[in-house]
Amino acid sequence: MIQVTARIEPSKLMTFASPLLAIFLTLIFGSILFSLLDKDPLQAMHLLLIAPLSDAYNFSEMLVKMGPLLLCAVGLSLCYRANLWNIGAEGQLLIGALGGSAMALQFVDSEAWFALPLTLIAGILSGMLWAAIPTFLKLKFNSNLILTTIMFNYIALYLLLWGVHGPLRDPDGFGFPESAIFSDATILPLLNEDGRAHIGIIFAILLAIFAAFVLAKSHLGFQIKVFGADEPAARYAGFNQTKLTWAVMLFAGALAGLAGVSEVAGPIGQLVPGISPGYGYSAIIVAYLGRLHPLGALLSATFMAVLYMGGDLAQIEMGIPIAVVGMFQGVLLFFLLACDFFIHYRLTFPSNSQYQN
Amino acid sequence: MDIDFITQILFAAIKTGTPLLFIALGEVICEKSGVLNLGQEGMMLMGAVVGFLAAYTTGSAGLGIFGAIFMGMIMSLIFAFLVLHLGANQVATGLALTIFGTGLSAFVGADVVGQTVQGFQPIIIPLLSDIPLLGKILFTHDLLVYVSFAMAGSVAYVANRTRTGLVLKAVGENPHAANAIGIKVLRVRYCAIMFGGAMAGLSGAYMSLVYTPMWIENMSSGRGWIALALVVFASWRIGNIMLGAYLFGLASIMHLVLQGMGWSISPNLLAMLPYVATVLVMVIISADKFKEKLLAPRSLGKPFDPRQMA
Amino acid sequence: MKFKSLLVGLGLVAGISIAQAEEPFKVGFVYVGPIGDHGWSYEHNRGREELQSFFGDKIETTFVENVPEGADAQRVITQLAKAGNDLIFTTSFGFMNPTLKVSKRFKKTTFEHATGYKRSKNMGTYTLRTYEGRYVSGVAAGMLTKTNTIGYIASFPIPEVFRDINAVYMGAKTVNPDIDIKIVWVNTWYDPGKETDAANALIDQGVDIMLQHTDSPAPLIAAQKRGIKGIGQASDMSHFAPDAHIFSIRDNWFPYYLKTTQAVMDGTYKPQDFWGGFKDDMLNVSSINTNLPIEVRAKIDETYNAIRSGELKPFTGPIKDNSGKLVIEANHTLTDKELSQVNWYIEGIKAKMPN
Repeated sequence: MIQVTARIEPSKLMTFASPLLAIFLTLIFGSILFSLLDKDPLQAMHLLLIAPLSDAYNFSEMLVKMGPLLLCAVGLSLCYRANLWNIGAEGQLLIGALGGSAMALQFVDSEAWFALPLTLIAGILSGMLWAAIPTFLKLKFNSNLILTTIMFNYIALYLLLWGVHGPLRDPDGFGFPESAIFSDATILPLLNEDGRAHIGIIFAILLAIFAAFVLAKSHLGFQIKVFGADEPAARYAGFNQTKLTWAVMLFAGALAGLAGVSEVAGPIGQLVPGISPGYGYSAIIVAYLGRLHPLGALLSATFMAVLYMGGDLAQIEMGIPIAVVGMFQGVLLFFLLACDFFIHYRLTFPSNSQYQN
Repeated sequence: MDIDFITQILFAAIKTGTPLLFIALGEVICEKSGVLNLGQEGMMLMGAVVGFLAAYTTGSAGLGIFGAIFMGMIMSLIFAFLVLHLGANQVATGLALTIFGTGLSAFVGADVVGQTVQGFQPIIIPLLSDIPLLGKILFTHDLLVYVSFAMAGSVAYVANRTRTGLVLKAVGENPHAANAIGIKVLRVRYCAIMFGGAMAGLSGAYMSLVYTPMWIENMSSGRGWIALALVVFASWRIGNIMLGAYLFGLASIMHLVLQGMGWSISPNLLAMLPYVATVLVMVIISADKFKEKLLAPRSLGKPFDPRQMA
Repeated sequence: MKFKSLLVGLGLVAGISIAQAEEPFKVGFVYVGPIGDHGWSYEHNRGREELQSFFGDKIETTFVENVPEGADAQRVITQLAKAGNDLIFTTSFGFMNPTLKVSKRFKKTTFEHATGYKRSKNMGTYTLRTYEGRYVSGVAAGMLTKTNTIGYIASFPIPEVFRDINAVYMGAKTVNPDIDIKIVWVNTWYDPGKETDAANALIDQGVDIMLQHTDSPAPLIAAQKRGIKGIGQASDMSHFAPDAHIFSIRDNWFPYYLKTTQAVMDGTYKPQDFWGGFKDDMLNVSSINTNLPIEVRAKIDETYNAIRSGELKPFTGPIKDNSGKLVIEANHTLTDKELSQVNWYIEGIKAKMPN
């Protein structure tokens, strides 16, 4: 008989080994799935998991995809650690893009050096504002954060649509819903000439490291952890919950806002209705896969970016329908989540061995 | 605005609110047991596609409904196994279930895109439908709407008036204490999650067999998220969920009605109406500081493991 | 020796060029929705399938579905170009600027973008004269309505939609001077639930003919349930609503995909702004319901033929907008460029322009 025993300490080894085990299991599942569909499983899995990192162009595109996921996920990680159920990264990202665009469009014919910093600041502040309203409602009126942030995602989407169909629409754009193309003065500098990876991604990585540092070393980080683990204890210790809530929520809003403005002032270069394919929602899963640690989020954001890109490549190279890619991704996530089991538990075979010595 | 027109709007509000009601009823039971399942979209889509396939191949909408419920339960079992047995994180697993269900439903439904089935005809309940005003609003719907009334009633009864409801509450509030008095916490949670799956499947069947009798990819279009908000909105009370679902239904058709009446406000701004209204109502009802905290199941989202009790 | 090696060399070159000639011509498609939407992307994909079966082994088609109109679009288009596609169709407005950017980098690849207005040396645009179908729809609706009220489920406030609403009204007005049109904006191309709600809201307000600028059959199904009539959009939707269905205006992209692919293969391609309508068989009035009165059917045929032959051109002046301003001079017919900029409601429509 196999028995499950709880480990006294989480296993350090399994913390790293469990994702590998999950990937191994996914490879087995994938081989079966793709064989059944008459697709070469090796090629399919190469496209889904490796090709996105295989050359300079793909790598830079992976970074473009990873940037917004990482920014949103770092903010969410801190929120969730402090027991703040912020589902609103999507809305904060959209409003960041909207606010940033409103600023960038003031500089369409300008070369001013301060155009880009102002655009970024406008985006960050807009994201913070959009996080601030639910925070205020929570603290002042005790409204549930899950509810308000979900609703604010929808409100943000319609505000964005209103902006892009109305005041921010390109006057020379034949009435189509998109803004004028931003001037080069408001576009984030590229990291290399060939690709689209831009300096915003460096910010994202630095911010993740900064957040990890805050969490590990600062008093604020200590408070976040205590609040997450044991709220009454945190109160007893005299920590100021209001201040902490504001700090964490505004930080998350700022990061999501930066993610939004970096999309419009980065790879897209104008305001369009479809800025985000749901980055704010995907970031929730990125945050949890990264075990609510900012550096973990760096890994998991990279991983999710690879998966999404791989999905497109599998369609292009092998004609694998997006539906199958979705199934594959879902199963991979299941395995990843399931294998964490081994961090906290171990399997033992007690029947004979126990009594032998 | 004459009285007929108002009746019609309220009638439509109930229709629009019904899929939300189904899925929120499932989710509230799940949450009362202390489990947060964000996989409703995935379960709902699988329910919708399997319900449609079953009805399409057998020609029986009734079988479609059973298929959908069954499928919703299967999907929820995946979730239950991961979070209950393997202690996987509930939020992440729920989202993964949504990704998986969206993909799988598109895959199995590819061949029936563009087909249609004979859905349900309205059943006009004799006598009751003759009640002035309310009769038309409440008793001229199709079968599944009546099922949703009955479900809301029975879920409220079970949750508030029976031992089962007490057990559920005990598990959701304090699983360790419940375990100590001999309640099988995991078994209760399994049942609650599967009920959530069944209701999500049923909600999907309502979409693909009644509301718009056809299958198209991603037809749930975010209703799972709204249902999640609805449970919070209702402070985990079943009566409030029913009210909330219909209010949301009303708000989301009002912006269309107002446009038809010639309101010349930007349609994008009008479309915010249901969401703004929800936040406002929430602010008003939760302003009383202490009430709210007591209503959320205390162990919501936290894993429970009997193995760690020893 | 030298001669021999030269021969071998030539043979090699010839061999390679033969091998290249046998390589199929590659055509890529980028869709905004899933091919299972039974609407816009579905019809483009049907065009692709017909193209594939027409050319058989000579071409190889690839598609990418569900491509978001954000940063991802440019990557997907680039990857299609890198994968060796000779011709790439990008089939949604939001792909315009990404396609343009990629077309500048891959100069040997031909790009074709649907519904946009930007072109380059290797990028053309194409679109449908949907207003032709709308005009016929308006005529049929004007004759069949008993309440004199047409409902129009509109997607987004863009010129194409304004143009089509005007065309419906113009057509209806010719047969029914008392006609009124109620417009509801749903802010989506595709959400069956919301489209159903919009249809019901319109029917509650006295609409008895349902027209839609969204892609799902939901409004037509609602029309069938409520016992009014409606017109199918983009694909043949007759089986969804056997009684309610008047006819469907069907998009047919295949003729254009065939023509363009052939032109690029032959080396005769030149980028242009192509508008396809009845004349090009890219729009059809299909599955006209046999339960319609004979005079309505005759009028539908007559209007269709008049537009097809060019005898009837809907946007011909003098036409005023609903604030009384003259927007089309007498005897002037809007050019394609002007058609793509329509941002007014024609005189008689009571609604105000949304923003």
